[in-house]
Amino acid sequence: MAEQATRPRPRTARGPGRYVARLIVTAYLFFLVAWPLYLVGQNTFEGGLENLSGILEDPDVVHALRLSLMVAVIAVVINTVFGVGVSLLLVRYEFPGKRLLSALLDVPLSVSPIVVGLSLVLVYGGRNGWFGPALEGAGFQIIFATPGIVMATVFVALPLVIREVVPVLEEVGDEQEQAARSLGANAIQTFWRITLPAIKWGVIYGVVLSLARSLGEFGAVKVVSGNVLGETRTTTLVVEEKYLNFDKGGAYAAAFLLALVAVAAIIVVSVLRPKESR
Amino acid sequence: MSIEITGVSKRFGSFVALDDVSVSIPTGQLTALLGPSGGGKSTLLRIIAGLEQADSGLVRIEGIDATNLPPQKRNVGFVFQHYAAFKHMSVRRNVAFGLEIRHRPKAEIRERVDELLRLVHLEQFAERLPAQLSGGQRQRMALARALAVEPTVLLLDEPFGALDAKVRKELRDWLRRLHDDVHVTTVFVTHDQEEALEVADEIVVINEGRVEQIGTPDELYDAPANDFVMRFLGPVTQLGDQLVRPHDLDIHAGESAPSADAVTGRVTRITRIGFEIRVEVTTGDQVVVVTLTRTRFRSLDVQEGSVVQVQLAPEALAVVEA
Repeated sequence: MAEQATRPRPRTARGPGRYVARLIVTAYLFFLVAWPLYLVGQNTFEGGLENLSGILEDPDVVHALRLSLMVAVIAVVINTVFGVGVSLLLVRYEFPGKRLLSALLDVPLSVSPIVVGLSLVLVYGGRNGWFGPALEGAGFQIIFATPGIVMATVFVALPLVIREVVPVLEEVGDEQEQAARSLGANAIQTFWRITLPAIKWGVIYGVVLSLARSLGEFGAVKVVSGNVLGETRTTTLVVEEKYLNFDKGGAYAAAFLLALVAVAAIIVVSVLRPKESR
Repeated sequence: MSIEITGVSKRFGSFVALDDVSVSIPTGQLTALLGPSGGGKSTLLRIIAGLEQADSGLVRIEGIDATNLPPQKRNVGFVFQHYAAFKHMSVRRNVAFGLEIRHRPKAEIRERVDELLRLVHLEQFAERLPAQLSGGQRQRMALARALAVEPTVLLLDEPFGALDAKVRKELRDWLRRLHDDVHVTTVFVTHDQEEALEVADEIVVINEGRVEQIGTPDELYDAPANDFVMRFLGPVTQLGDQLVRPHDLDIHAGESAPSADAVTGRVTRITRIGFEIRVEVTTGDQVVVVTLTRTRFRSLDVQEGSVVQVQLAPEALAVVEA
């Protein structure tokens, strides 16, 4: 909370109104976000490091942590490549159906993750899915396996990179790219040397948000993973399972680890990010 | 001829930016594309650079058909109105960009960049970022960057348009001197007739997607092809049914006409603007503007309300039917 006071003051909005507004916002965030999160941490360390070491010694939990991390990293890579590509398409090109595409990209944010899970089962389900039996015949299991978890995670985190990169691309404009082209750079050189450095912080922020979202995905993953202990159970599913089995300490410890990674990533980026590039 | 444009047309939706334009731009000269905003001059420049595709017509650069070549294959240098500086690169790396793309040896790049930075007087700013430069410095950097690849033609799109008046004038003189040193075929777009008249060897006047006239600054100023060119290149006033320059008119005091084509009128307003005097003479239903030197004005001894004779000075050149 102390950092609030050290921020550079905006030129307008002087007087007591500003302090009241600041107090309301701070209190709101404190009771909604900071305090509950702090309690998770406090409960984790209630008996010293016991809860934490307890889950870290459980091979099934360690497997779940690894699975979560792997799925998140794969999903983030896919979403970053796809997201940057789609952003370029949306900002730099005119084509029929552009608005529709743009609207469609927000669907993953508006549809409940559990619906996403169910719809993926309908398409790729091994027994009754529209496409699943054919894939299973060819030796690919999607649902109740890692590919399904990855797909569900990719789906729910899909728009995050795009929504970060599009405004930055629009702000940067295309003159630098045109200048690079006139200086002899081809499309690929222009992208790597000019476009990507210019949108770097948008991409990084998108990646961090996607990573946090991917690590924390629960509903869609629960439906498609099958929740098999030691195989397709991710960390969020471990939290639920421990909580329901009255292993509160274990649940808090796993939840703490999840939150830690996400919060750490966001803090690191906001510290590193140069002030003027936002 | 360095750049040959033949029958180029370009539409944006229903807006006709260029309508069957043909222009030849001579090698080694400084050519201005002059015209009002939205007249199509920037579009023409961007078509030469390959940043825009013509709907029809041909573009040849140094004898090579460039109509369908992508911009990176045309070997043109392009300078943008808003500099288009690579913000994440130092001045040195900005200038080196084209050479790095061409995989020139490091030592050669370093030498060439140093030479160019000296040419544009930015040698002490080499390690700065563009954000730490003034507008004029950024534009000089952009010019060095464009010149680094030794382009066959250098294209400048309103290069001084975003700068304040004083810097604009300095850079204008500097560009003229630079061109006298470098001699690369240069085309620049401007809507400022003074800039075109002062800097260019040749001027192409473009209006509403068409070429109105091509010629040297003297030809355009002294013998405008039509009333648009006449009006666009300098001040005009109407005497009878003739369009003339106010400084091509002369005034005689008194009632008696000095010659047959003199027109009698009454002085309705006298304004002094620095070294010249603007006299408005009302003749019948017309207000004729005459500009005189201070010496000439003093020798006349006229005040507001005086009856005078207005006539075309014998050395007057540009006259167009209104």
